[in-house]
Amino acid sequence: MGVTQIALGSYRVMDVCIAATAAIGGPKEGKGPLGPYFDEIWPSEDHKGTSFEQAERALIEDGMELAVKKSGMSWEDIDLVMGGDLLDQIVSTNFAARRHQRPLLGLFSACAVFTQGLGLGALLLAGNSARSILVAAVSHHMAAERQFRFPIELGYQRTPTAAWTATATGAVVLVSGTKHPTAIDAVTMGRVIDFGSKNPNDMGSAMAPAALDTIQRHLEATGTTLQDYDAVYTGDLGVMGTKMLTLLGKEHGLIFDYRFNDCGQILYHLKEQDVHNGGSGPGCSAGVFSGYLHQRLESGEWRRLLLIATGALFSPTTYQQGESIPCIAHAVSLVYRDRGGSSS
Amino acid sequence: MHQEDSDQAKAYQQLVKKTQPKKPILKNVVWAFLYGGMICLVGQCIQTAFMATGMTSQAATSPTTVVLIGVGALLTGLGWYDQITKRGGMGATLPITGFANAMVAPAMEFRREGLVMGVGAKLFTVAGPVLVYGLSAAFVVGLVRYLVTGVA
Amino acid sequence: MTFVWAFIVGGLLCVIAQLVLDLTSFTPAHVLVLFVVLGALFGGVGLYRHLVAFAGAGATVPLPGFGYTLVEGIAAAVKTKGILGLLTGGLTAAAGGIKAAVLFGLAAALIFKPKA
Repeated sequence: MGVTQIALGSYRVMDVCIAATAAIGGPKEGKGPLGPYFDEIWPSEDHKGTSFEQAERALIEDGMELAVKKSGMSWEDIDLVMGGDLLDQIVSTNFAARRHQRPLLGLFSACAVFTQGLGLGALLLAGNSARSILVAAVSHHMAAERQFRFPIELGYQRTPTAAWTATATGAVVLVSGTKHPTAIDAVTMGRVIDFGSKNPNDMGSAMAPAALDTIQRHLEATGTTLQDYDAVYTGDLGVMGTKMLTLLGKEHGLIFDYRFNDCGQILYHLKEQDVHNGGSGPGCSAGVFSGYLHQRLESGEWRRLLLIATGALFSPTTYQQGESIPCIAHAVSLVYRDRGGSSS
Repeated sequence: MHQEDSDQAKAYQQLVKKTQPKKPILKNVVWAFLYGGMICLVGQCIQTAFMATGMTSQAATSPTTVVLIGVGALLTGLGWYDQITKRGGMGATLPITGFANAMVAPAMEFRREGLVMGVGAKLFTVAGPVLVYGLSAAFVVGLVRYLVTGVA
Repeated sequence: MTFVWAFIVGGLLCVIAQLVLDLTSFTPAHVLVLFVVLGALFGGVGLYRHLVAFAGAGATVPLPGFGYTLVEGIAAAVKTKGILGLLTGGLTAAAGGIKAAVLFGLAAALIFKPKA
């Protein structure tokens, strides 16, 4: 067990592994290429006639419940719950905590909240401050549309770079020790980067510089290159954002090759499902990791994965007042070890 | 200097502009023409029907508008109007049916926030600015004409 | 022939609006406000009347027609009521449409639910 700061905001962590993950998606996510990797698919965006905000809350509640169940533990074994969502005052995460009654650390870094939670959870576990932590993030398409864009039935054309907020949740039970084959071995917390983007319909471009900053710092701190990982996934840069990150990387001597992809870009059939830039939202990286990515890691197909969730930290108010969009990205690197293997 | 105003940021915004996919303007324009034209044609048919009852074309304008607003509200309620706009763009937004859509959509959506601050207030999310500036512009235009010609 | 011109003129007004939307950073709400104001201005200088006579619903159904209606209403009211007509004429002329929109909007909001 142990945690060492190896550079500013970068930490090497020991003996933190993933006991279980759970991913639940909406109907559109179910029809996407990753549909089979979700544990459950909701038949409708609607949830028993409740409001979309209540539906989002039910989604994260279901996801957390399922993750705890899959871990073989009970709620009493969970020392701490942390996570977040996109709604004002992170109401989904906060209200869901009324039910589980475990100590809560509500987090916010927009769509980057999932790796913020994984990273923070890993630090606490490695530092012997807890034995098991549940990390979850959620988003609901309709609830996000209501808050950030237009009313659902108001007709308007989406621009080609507009993202589609995913209806999805991902929950992970992190535990200390080496009992499970997938582990977190390093964490880099992001800095807020703002390169002056003002277009809320092109958040991929706004977030790409933040992703690059965190990736560069993570690689430098851990002494690795992009090619040392079997897969490098950003959260929700989408088509436009990955293009910008690849271009920016080239300027800085980083080669984003076939190993690199983006959770938002693979969540849907981009053309057929008419999602333009791809998926976004805290539930995008959380759902894609907890379903698809973690399965490839757990099966041993990948040995090393670098996950960088990206978040645009604006609000409708700051946008209407003409301010640019500050962004953040948090990186977590994960390793696969043969079952029962030691950390040495 | 703040990061967002730095030369690096400016260079990045240039790169974004260069990389951005182009909006399908030609396609949008063609669809806007067809959808807008079609809605106006339907309007003309309704107006002609009213005129067949003996109304002048000017007198028939108002009931035509009412019918079209009703149709726009109904299609919004059924969840179809946003599908029409997705392809038709301003061809579906600019006609009065689009104005109805802009009133009904937010009102429907904010039903859960209550009848007063939800439905009542949100009816005017988009319609409010249109009324405010439409009425103000008409007043100014009328006033200028009144001052210049003595009649508005 | 009015039918053909209604289609063409109405379509062209929408094309101009689409170009404004695609080539500027305006939102659809901005475009609607712009066009209602333009309708009032062109109504004021007497041009929009010709378009209405020529294209019928092609000119009255798109939103500039609303601005035109407001200005025409003011003109009519000033003739009978004098200067007070500047305040009453616009809404009087547009009363049918506005009241219909409010009533239908309220009814739809009570009956329907937004769909995915």
